[in-house]
Amino acid sequence: MTDDLIERLATDLKPVRPMAMQRLLIGATILSTIVAVVAMLMWLGMRPDMPVAVSTMSFWTKFGYTLIIGALGGVATLILARPDGRTTWPWRAAIAILAALLVVAIVQLVRAEPEEMMPLVVGSTSLICPWRIVVLGLPMLLAAIVALRRMAPSNPTLAGFAAGIMAGGIGAWVYSFACDENGMMFLALFYTLGIVMVGAIGAVLGRFLLRW
Amino acid sequence: MQTDPTETRLRGLMLAALDGDAAAYRTLLAELGRHLRPYFTRRLTPAFASHAEDLVQDTLLAVHTRRMTYDRTRPFTAWLHAVAHHKFVDHVRRQSIRLTVPLDDDAPIFAPDDQADAIARRDLDVVLDTVPERTSDLIRRTRIDGASVAEAAAAHGMTETAAKVSIHRGLKSLAARFAGGQK
Repeated sequence: MTDDLIERLATDLKPVRPMAMQRLLIGATILSTIVAVVAMLMWLGMRPDMPVAVSTMSFWTKFGYTLIIGALGGVATLILARPDGRTTWPWRAAIAILAALLVVAIVQLVRAEPEEMMPLVVGSTSLICPWRIVVLGLPMLLAAIVALRRMAPSNPTLAGFAAGIMAGGIGAWVYSFACDENGMMFLALFYTLGIVMVGAIGAVLGRFLLRW
Repeated sequence: MQTDPTETRLRGLMLAALDGDAAAYRTLLAELGRHLRPYFTRRLTPAFASHAEDLVQDTLLAVHTRRMTYDRTRPFTAWLHAVAHHKFVDHVRRQSIRLTVPLDDDAPIFAPDDQADAIARRDLDVVLDTVPERTSDLIRRTRIDGASVAEAAAAHGMTETAAKVSIHRGLKSLAARFAGGQK
């Protein structure tokens, strides 16, 4: 029985390229980023004040924060996709970045005029922003889950969560081109909420779809 | 990382296999089978020792389908151990879920399975055929149909004591033949 199995597997052997896992996941993220960008352009459109926005710090803070969180999620996903993969540093780094963002947000609020405070915290889109991030993050989450099904995460729930943070971060990055909020506190609260929501969806999907 | 000869050999075979060398792969899988069998047997309780071979096959299959997740720069045995451990934990978890379902709880949900009954009855006939006819009838009446020893003895015109002795001997010989031995 076991000998038959070994014979069958040996016949089925195909070479595996170095870094095959990284290639697969990166391919999936690039494709789904394109899907998310097209979806954002057709559904929401670029923010109208784009030429002005690119010279503001708040635009680049959104750009950097979401991209770094997404990248940390991606790094965690690659480590956790292995049966012997364990890691905590990407989570610590993500929390440190969020803490730094909160400091910047508080400085911005302290400097602001009293009547500007509320717009900087809740903006005018706080109730829909997290949901838009979820929608723009879903293509990447699904692509990453499909890719991860060929890998071997020792903890499927955690691997799904990591994939969700990656997808949420990149979804939020795509959304940052459409969103004209300028508040750092808004970014720290509602972007983070959207990213964590995608992470939670990823954890649930991972729990059921990434078992092996 | 000190270089253990097993690690060096297995890792060499794995790297060749990843590059498509089927002969090295066959050698690797056969050797992994030999390492994994005692690994699982040691971890399983004697009642489940027969599952070791299933676990070996599950693990070899996982090594095959998930070989992409092996990082060529890291120790192979650590990766293999992680795969085997995952398969073992998964197996135990599924097993314990099955074992902790109280049998009485789910019994009334299901209609009696006639076919299973028929098979059990046929097995019973086969088993009882191996003892003398009178003994098998006494066992059937007292242990299956629920008659008392006195009733069964009366049907055969025996004393109650003789019937008891006959049933006891019959059951003992059945137990010797079917319960022990092959484990």
